[in-house]
Amino acid sequence: MMSKIVRTQANFLYPLIMIFGFYIIAHGHLTPGGGFQGGAVIATGVALIAVAYSYKNVKAWIKKTHLTGAEAIGLLTFIITALFGLSSSFFYNWLANSGLIFGDKVPYGVNPGYLNTAGTLPIMNFAVGIEVLGGLGVIIMYYLHYLKEVSRDAV
Amino acid sequence: MRKLLLCLALLIVLASLLYVSINPEDFGYSRDDHLIFGKPRYTDMDDYFIHNGQNQTAANNIVTSIVFDYRGFDTLGEASVLFTAVLAVGMVLRALRRGAK
Repeated sequence: MMSKIVRTQANFLYPLIMIFGFYIIAHGHLTPGGGFQGGAVIATGVALIAVAYSYKNVKAWIKKTHLTGAEAIGLLTFIITALFGLSSSFFYNWLANSGLIFGDKVPYGVNPGYLNTAGTLPIMNFAVGIEVLGGLGVIIMYYLHYLKEVSRDAV
Repeated sequence: MRKLLLCLALLIVLASLLYVSINPEDFGYSRDDHLIFGKPRYTDMDDYFIHNGQNQTAANNIVTSIVFDYRGFDTLGEASVLFTAVLAVGMVLRALRRGAK
């Protein structure tokens, strides 16, 4: 476990990192960014907590099985959303301009920032975000779990 | 000797790339195609994306509409690469621990 200063900083930064990552994922179809980038930002928060509070205190509530489950669920959601458009083609945007959820039309030209547009793109952004969050998080947790036993100096 | 060979191979690759960028006529491109830095060749693809992307995918971010819609299969490959990387990290670290015990 690191010093009180580092832990206080981590407590302060953790919710900000989470909100920023969620913002990047949710606005993937409006602003630069998207699923990969936002998922990587959220995984940074996981790494921050796992380093500030040492691994043996964190592993009780950041479980590796949950992270691998998130990864699998994200990838499955991605593929299934793509399969729904199979009546036209794989990865067909079947929700765009349909009037359903995320189905509003977007005016041609300057970006007005309407969140309820872009069809399947926000769903795929969220799916990829969950997948990247699970994948990078479980890589960090694997490192902290196994390398500690291999070399005593680490962590 | 090995390093000398590596340097020679690098120099040959660099010279051939420079030759292509300086003399594009020898490789089927005319001078008007502008095969130089900062002026990429004109293609119909980027114009199509810019003019039809907003109507077809209803997204303001053209990059996202290309990554997740027009080139969605590529993104699927990227996601599966990450999946495979996680699998490989788990396998390697598990084997490392078995070797340490």
